[in-house]
Order: sequence, then structure tokens, then C-alpha cells
Amino acid sequence: MVELDPRFPKENALRDGNPVNLSRRGFLMASAGAAAGAFVLGVGLPVGSARAAAETGDMAPGTRVPAFLEIRPDNSVHFQSPFAEGGQGVFTAMAQIVGEELDADPEAFIVEIAPAGHDYMVMPGGRRITGGSSSVRTSYDTMRRLGALARQMLLQAAATRLNVQIGELTTEPGHVVHAASGRSLAYGELASAAMNLPVPDPASVKLKDPSQFKWIGKPLDRIDVYEKSTGKAVYAIDCKVDGMLHAAVQHAPRLGLDVGKIRNEDQIRAMKGVHSVHRLPGAVAVVAQRWWVAKRGAEALQVDWSEPADAKSNPRYMPADFSTAAFSDRLAGDNGPGKDAENVGDTENALKNAKTTVSATYRTQLVHHAQLEPASTLARFNDDGSLEVWMPNQAPEQFRADIAKRAGLDPAKVMVHSPLLGGFFGRHFLYDSANPYPQAIALAKAVGKPVKLIWSREEEFLRDTMRPMAAVHFRGGLDADGMPVALEAVSVCEGPSESINGHKDDKLDPAAVEGLTGKAYAIPNHRIAQNYVKNPAVLGYWRSVGNSMNDFLYETFLDELADKGGKDPYELRLHLLKGNQRLTNLLKAAGDLSGGWKRGPFTAADGTRRARGVGMASPFGSQTAAIAEVSISNGKVVVHDVWQAIDPGSIVNPAIIEAQVRSATALGLSEVLLEEAVYENGEPVARNYDLYPILPPDRMAQVHVRIVESGAKMGGIGEPGLPAVPPAVANAVSTLTGKRVRRMPLSRYTFES
Amino acid sequence: MELSINSQTYQVEAEGDTPLLWVIRDELGLTGTKFGCGLAQCGACSVMVDGAVARSCVTPVESVVGKNITTIEAVENDPVGKNVVAAWVKHQVPQCGYCQSGQVMAAMALLKQNPHPTEDEIGAAMVNLCRCGTYNAIGAAVRDLAGHGENI
Repeated sequence: MVELDPRFPKENALRDGNPVNLSRRGFLMASAGAAAGAFVLGVGLPVGSARAAAETGDMAPGTRVPAFLEIRPDNSVHFQSPFAEGGQGVFTAMAQIVGEELDADPEAFIVEIAPAGHDYMVMPGGRRITGGSSSVRTSYDTMRRLGALARQMLLQAAATRLNVQIGELTTEPGHVVHAASGRSLAYGELASAAMNLPVPDPASVKLKDPSQFKWIGKPLDRIDVYEKSTGKAVYAIDCKVDGMLHAAVQHAPRLGLDVGKIRNEDQIRAMKGVHSVHRLPGAVAVVAQRWWVAKRGAEALQVDWSEPADAKSNPRYMPADFSTAAFSDRLAGDNGPGKDAENVGDTENALKNAKTTVSATYRTQLVHHAQLEPASTLARFNDDGSLEVWMPNQAPEQFRADIAKRAGLDPAKVMVHSPLLGGFFGRHFLYDSANPYPQAIALAKAVGKPVKLIWSREEEFLRDTMRPMAAVHFRGGLDADGMPVALEAVSVCEGPSESINGHKDDKLDPAAVEGLTGKAYAIPNHRIAQNYVKNPAVLGYWRSVGNSMNDFLYETFLDELADKGGKDPYELRLHLLKGNQRLTNLLKAAGDLSGGWKRGPFTAADGTRRARGVGMASPFGSQTAAIAEVSISNGKVVVHDVWQAIDPGSIVNPAIIEAQVRSATALGLSEVLLEEAVYENGEPVARNYDLYPILPPDRMAQVHVRIVESGAKMGGIGEPGLPAVPPAVANAVSTLTGKRVRRMPLSRYTFES
Repeated sequence: MELSINSQTYQVEAEGDTPLLWVIRDELGLTGTKFGCGLAQCGACSVMVDGAVARSCVTPVESVVGKNITTIEAVENDPVGKNVVAAWVKHQVPQCGYCQSGQVMAAMALLKQNPHPTEDEIGAAMVNLCRCGTYNAIGAAVRDLAGHGENI
């Protein structure tokens, strides 16, 4: 399990929070001043001043009510979310959580992402990212308390206004009520006075008993669906400012190459609408009046890319002979022992004494994020020396710090705007070579005007970070009854965190092995290890990270063991989970949802031969079990239905959970059926969706979701629905075809119909 | 060149082979229509041209002079479009939302031509990609609009 690990550096230490009288009026006036020369996109608070207030760091993050909430005279509640919205529903979840304790209908909320700043670093350790399926579960208590603090301030303002004791007042949604006199005041009438009050001591407010919840736990509609259904939602790629120019780039085909001669530079510069041509590290950019002109110019550039003087000095230099096929074979041929991630019992001895043993090598592939919105950045230097950037990002403080460093500016002079994300799935973390903002900033500086740089799909795929690939050597031992008594998995790979932050010889990357580790099955002897082999490709976090591949590997090998021991895979799992009530219930819930476990093969009503497979996973604090039903048509796998049960402990919005499980299931299907980033001669074979297919509508399964709310500690939602799906599909295919599936994607195999 | 977009006339300066998408987005500032691939693979750029869905990222602007172009910005000016949006909200279709302008336009074009499409006709028309995997919800919304009386 990758929790919020060291990959996310913490920018500010948590500081003591004391009540502070922040003048709401002053706050707004400062906003107006900051906004006067700025083009502000979207609605809500002008972000410059919100940040200015947030910088002071004299209160605990998540407690300075006016930094988060503005209630306008029309009673709309404007909320600055610490977390980015990219389809996972966090803006709605925040409105539900804050609204619950504020006693304001979540429908009255208008939410946007907060700027970089101390107040918004509400995650444990005083940081924030949008990732790790951690937004709601790490901020739930803080955000409830924030809502309660705001309600308390409104009550106090009403008590003063009505000249009554605060204890005589109650609230109804959006109103403070004085029952004794029958008087009522809307929040919008009270807000300006309330926000001028000192924020009470966070420990002084009492949170609701969950039995009294009006909105938490309910399947509320998401608050941004209408805007997203009518083209009104604004993404980074849509942002514009006065006087901006457009830019496109041509990247070096391999990372680490330098720009040599540009053979037709004069010709490109002379193209109608072209402003200028720029040499950047590992790329050449064309700036133009319109993006299409810039893109055509960038594509037409004839650049001689030169080998660097010292390739070895660049840890991410891509050699000209890299091929994923050969590299996968190399991983599979490496039998090093690796470093222990888990070591329980005596696996070696248990394997020696086992009645039967099974050995097999499984493999996974590189995959792309392939979010539909290509990466872009709009950069503008302002007259006061400040720098504003608009870009998709999952970590505003980290990006701001990096931009300040690169631009040689005080972080206070850097404003990061974080519009809605057109999909992210791990794409928009701080990756050294995979984000366009260094280029956009350099171009804006060079041309003295704002520049919006958009990476074409081809440039996006060329510089995307990818989910790691691995070969995993499994050994399993069965006793005389066919029950697993030992399991060893050694993953030969580079993990995403060590790819981004650098490998340390004395450490393994937990993100490389999560999903092999943390399994709940009672196999008394097991050893999970990582054998680090550096991958020349640039790796990153991909929805459900290590679990996205490792649960496939483990759960399909578990089926291989079940077959060897003559056990039904569903019954074997139940047996191995004996005494684990939570997971037993969960697996049975998936079984019930599917109408009762039936493995097949069987003949369906339409005459097709079908089978079902099962997989389980424990990702990001939640638990999942999935069952998939497949058939084969024209040699291809058809996934008809997926039944998935998820236990996230406790919940905020079941409709969002269901939507996220469907979404993660789709990505899991895409990965197991279709996706593989192939490199030959150091270059990706596919640079668009034509050669890198992602799940189209006609390959989607009907997904059925059951939420099991066990009451355990709250887990994540955005990612956990993915990892159990690929093994459920692969196991069903093995049952149906009799052919053992040991690698993804299934499009590599030809099956008999 | 003169273009008719959402019942308004626009003078545009772009070269004739410029894709309609970039004229709409950059020159006219109508950014509801999205860029996804530039290769007619994903459908995020879908608009309607004379009532038929078109992928504007590969549609030269000179080829649509004199035709009626409808973009997502005008979706609610059309009764069918309005129904599509209502169904999208009812079925809570969008997630990140980036592909949904194109999905809504594809559904609108389908339903304007064929108010009661069969399952196969829906499958043939609704082919745009969605990386969030909202396909179940898209299917439910379109079937609902087609009068299949099916809810998920």
C-alpha cells in the first residue's frame, strides 16, 4: 500500500493554530487589488489574495474559515477546495462534508480549487496533493470541523445582530433561527459580519453525531455535471489571457538528446502567422498567433538531434537500442533474489517440503495515462515581476516551488492556477520531463508576452510518464490437500517512486510491490521481494499505482495454484480468508451480486460459451472483490459483466463511489484487454490513439456495484475499483479457454472462438 | 471566409485547410469543443455540420463554408439538445467531463436524425472515447432518450 509516502515532499511544517482575527473586508479588498490587473478565470475568490492570506501560516491548515468560505448575499457558498477536481467527485464530496456541519445545502456550493498556500495543506504532515485516493479520507475530520467553525461564526454574528444569547439560536439549512422570537436570518445576510469574527478554537466546536447527518452518506448529484454537459467547464487548455501567443513543440524523439542543427529554421520562421522559433532543452518550439499554425510549424521542423556529450550524466537518457520486448525478456531472465518487502514464515523450507510446487513468470506492460486533455500550460509574466501559470496539476505547492526555483523567483511571486482536470489518473504530478510548464515559462519570458503551450497528442504520448513494467517470478507450494502453504513473488522492475525520486541501493520501492504485499490470504509462508532493474523509460504514477499490475499478477497466480491443487478459485479464497470477517463478507457480497458464484464454462442464453473469474485487492485503504464474465468472439475477449463489491469502511456519497468503481473498472478492462506502450529503437511505436487503443464503448462491460460499509477506517475511492478487475477477467479467460494467461494485455493472445 | 455557427455569422481569417476545431477554439473563442487527438480517433471535437456529427479536428474549415455548424455552446437552443443535456444530468454522466461536449453532440445528432434508435444504432453512433469510462451512463442516458425506458 502506498500511503502518502516520501514521494510527496512536505513544503511547510504544521504550525500551531491560534484564533486570529482576519478581516474579511480587508481580505476582499486585498483580493480586488490583486485581481485588478489579473485575468481571473472561473468563479469564486480571486486566488491571489486567498493565497496572500494563506501564506501567513499562523493558523493550523484547514481552520482559517475565510480562506475557504465566502457566503454571498445571494446565499451561495463559495468554497476553496484543497483538492483538484478531475472527475472523481471531490468538489461534491467537499460540499457535502463542509455543508453538513455548516448546515448549508451542498447544492448551494460553488467550488473551485484553492491556490497554493499553507492554509490548504490539510493532509497529515501539513501537505496536500490530489492523489493516492486520499482527499476525503485524510481531510474528512478537518473539513467537517471547518464547516462547524463557520457555523459557529454565523451563530455568533446572529447573536450580536439579534441581541440574544448564542445558546438560544439554532440553524436550518442556510439560516440561523431564533425559535423563541420566530426570527430567522439567512447566512448571506450574516456572512460579512461573521467572517470578521475571530475563528473560534477548533477544539471548541462539537461535530454532529453521524445519525443526524442530512447529506453525508447520501447519493447526492455531483455539483458540476451540468457545466460538464454543456461545454461550460473550463480546463487548462481552455484558458486565455489578453495578448497571448500560442506555442507548440517538437520534442527530441528520445529523452536526453540535444537540439542540433535546424535545417529549415528560416523557412519555418517565414511561415504565415509564425512569431518565432525557439531552442529549448530537448525540444524546439514554434510560437505563433494561432496554435494550429504553431503546431504545423513544429511538425515541419527538420531538427538534427544530437547525442549528448555525456549520456551517462542524464539518468533518464533513452538509449537508441531500447525495446520493450527485449527489456521484458531481460527482466524475465533476471533471477536475482531481490530485497524483501514481506517475509513471513520460512518460504524456502516450506517450498522444499511442499507436496507440489508451481513456478511461473508473469509479466506486465508499460501503459499510458492517455487522459483526453493533452498537457498544456499558459504562462504570463506580470509587470510587477510576478509569474502566473495555468496548468493541470495535482499538487499546487509542489509545482509552485519548482516553478519558483526554475524561474529564480520568490515563491510568493508565483501564482499557480489549477483549472479542472480533463482526466488525470496520476498524469499531473511533478514529473521532471513530462510537464510543459518549464517550456511555457521559458517561451513567455523569451517573447515578452503570455504564451499558451499545448502538447499535441503525439508530443503528449512521447513525454508521458508510464506505469512500470515488470516480470514477476512466482513460486508456490501446495500441501497434500492442495492448499497453498508457501508463496514467493520476486518482482523484477523499477518502481514509480524510485524512477521519479532516484533509486537508493539500500531501499526498495513500496509502490513497485504493493498488491503483491498486503494480501490478506492466510498463506503461512510467503516472501515478496523486489529485484531492482532500472528502466530507461520515464515512469510515473498511474491510477492505483503498483496495485494496477500487482493484483493482476498475484491473483492470476493464485488461480494457477488453485487449479494445480484442484480447488475452485472462489472457494479457495474463502478458505484462505477464514477468520477474516470483513473480506469474507466482501467476497460473498460480490458472489451474491453476481447471482451466486458460478465458474463455468457454461452456455449463456444467447448460445455463447462463457466463464467467470474472480479477483480481490486491498488498495488505498479500501477492499475490493470483482467477478467478471467473459466469452470469446472472433478470437477476442468479450467482457459481458463485472460485479464488484467495495468496502471503503465508511462513505460520503454512494453515487460517487458507484461512478468511481465503474470508471476504475473501465480502466482496468482497458489495461487488461488492450493497452501496452511499445518501444522500439528507443522510441514509442504509438503516439496517438490509433496505435495505442484505449477502451472504446463497445468493449465496455456492464458494471454492477455493491458498496459494503463495514464501519472500518475510511479508505480511498478513486483508485480501488481498478486492481481486482484485470485478474478477474484473466482468470475467467483461463477458465474458458484452458489457456493460462500470464501477461497483459490479452490482445497479445489469440483465442479460439 | 464566412462561417455560420450556432445561427450566427462569423468572418474568419484562418487558412482554408485549418481544421474547423482550431477556428472555433482559437479564433472564435468557443472552447466548449475539445481537442483530444487531432486524428479523428477520440471524438472530443465533435460538432454538428448540417445536422450530422463531424469531427472538427480533421474537418478543413473551407469545407464547411455555407453549412450550418452547431457547437456545444448552442446545445440548449435545440429541443433535442436540451433533452440530451437533461438526460446527461439525470444519469450523472460526466466525470472529468472533457469528452462530454463531444458525447453530447454525438447523441444530439443521432437523436435528431433518429428519435428512437435501436440498441445497434446507438452502438454505431456513440463511438467517442471516454477515458473515465462513463460508457454505462452514456448508454443509459441515450437509451432513456430513445424511449427504451431503461434506467441504470
